[in-house]
Amino acid sequence: MIRVANGQGFWGDWVEAPLRLLRGGPIDFLTLDYLAEVTMAVLQKQRMKQPAGGYAHDFPLLIQRLAPELIQRGVAVVANAGGLNPAGCASEVKRLTPNLKVAAVTGDDILSRLDEIQAQGCELANMDTGQPLSEVRDKVLSANVYLGAFPIAEALSTRAQVVVTGRCADAALAMGPVIHRFGWQADDWNRLAAGVTAGHIIECGAQATGGNYGGAWQEIEDLDEIGYPIAEMELSGEFVITKHKGSGGRVTAQGVKEQLLYEVGDPRAYITPDCIADFTSLNLADCGPDRVHITGAHGRSRPEQLKVSINYAAGWKATGTLVYSAPNALEKARTSDRIVRKRLARLGLAFDEIRTEYFGVNACHGENAPPMTEAAEVQLRIGVRGQHRNAVERFTQEMIPLVLSGPPGATGYGDGRPKVREVVANWNALLPRDLVMPRVEVIE
Amino acid sequence: MKIPLSRLAHARSGDKGDTANIAVIAWDAAAFNFLTSQLTAERVATYFASQIAGPVERFEAPNLMALNFILRGALGGGGTVSLRTDAQGKTLAAALMNMEVECELDVPADWP
Repeated sequence: MIRVANGQGFWGDWVEAPLRLLRGGPIDFLTLDYLAEVTMAVLQKQRMKQPAGGYAHDFPLLIQRLAPELIQRGVAVVANAGGLNPAGCASEVKRLTPNLKVAAVTGDDILSRLDEIQAQGCELANMDTGQPLSEVRDKVLSANVYLGAFPIAEALSTRAQVVVTGRCADAALAMGPVIHRFGWQADDWNRLAAGVTAGHIIECGAQATGGNYGGAWQEIEDLDEIGYPIAEMELSGEFVITKHKGSGGRVTAQGVKEQLLYEVGDPRAYITPDCIADFTSLNLADCGPDRVHITGAHGRSRPEQLKVSINYAAGWKATGTLVYSAPNALEKARTSDRIVRKRLARLGLAFDEIRTEYFGVNACHGENAPPMTEAAEVQLRIGVRGQHRNAVERFTQEMIPLVLSGPPGATGYGDGRPKVREVVANWNALLPRDLVMPRVEVIE
Repeated sequence: MKIPLSRLAHARSGDKGDTANIAVIAWDAAAFNFLTSQLTAERVATYFASQIAGPVERFEAPNLMALNFILRGALGGGGTVSLRTDAQGKTLAAALMNMEVECELDVPADWP
């Protein structure tokens, strides 16, 4: 049996979690998931300013902090913190912790190959709309293929103790160590599906151990010291999801089911680069305190095409807020919204969208929000998005004047004018897998 | 008797671009059977009509006693495009669990 733990569900997750996983009990591998869909675009902008960057800059410092524990316990780390520059990230890890062997998985970044790929007849059409990439080609900021688990396993076979990847399937982070240790073959679909399932369950960190639980969340104890998830993988492919004894949170079949279906489409076909897993074949059972036993994973052969995540610049946006109190808080906020919209119309500014939310009344649930008689306070929240930066910039000057010239008692404007932010849109496409060449680089 | 769906199931929602999913997990087999017959894709689409632009699709996972709803065009463009507070659809699960349904099932008192 091997224990694979995940200590980060996204870049910005609880920084104490990895250390607690190392100190709280036995684990063999520690995975850290840094990359959301939009993270690559953020990193691309950083890299345009600083060519040596383009990765999660705090990751090498985290490894430096973890290094004594990693060495003492013989735990290897697999992380996609490399973003757009896994080799650069791995080099910085090596510089800060020279006594750890470090490897990078590269080959996911196809930005510089887009023209060559399109010239070969691959349109990289949008999976949702069917539009060819040529429609936004000049605005593309990043283009990365989701790699699978086998390059990670290969990197671990060099005896690297830290493996840094760029874009790969989230579940591949956990499956790489399992393939490495158990020697699962690339056509062993059922066991690969088990690895993918385990990886998917732990990829969002504490969402598998009682965090963001939609059931009786009030009954889950000690969220302040919540344990992050551990997959105890067996050679056969069955596995147990658990957490360290004495940590907070709770692991139950109900909670694991929520995570199993989190951000999933058809549960019969969870598509990854290494296999297509069928979540409707699984058996989940509570098998002890904070232990869920999972068997029956069924997989089908891997897809012939890999998913490409492309980000492109899509205009500008800003969101401004003002707070009004009772009495008549909502009426005051609505009046200000009308004033701002009239002024924007008079200026003749063009926006793709203007959206108003009354925070405290309907911002999240819209017309399904529970009815209320009188709000104690309401935050007026107006957002605009458009193709012209000047128009969005002009909007940011239209909120604060209402403090003096609108309904009485406007407050909550402490941050001054809203900030204009660039909009980055995501474009998913498919690429034949034989055009993708993952590589493993050992950092010397 | 009218009860909120939260008496029959729990749920989690998330995003993929401009598409949201809501996983609805029944507390037991009777509740799952009830939800399978009553909580259709059309009913969910009607409930969220003012918030979503695209169609709703439903998948069943009887082994998990779960239904998974896919809501397209649900997040105002999704990612950084969206102007919504809840651009990732995190609160859609709670909104759905607030939906009231006519239900004669004998719901155990110790369920939420």
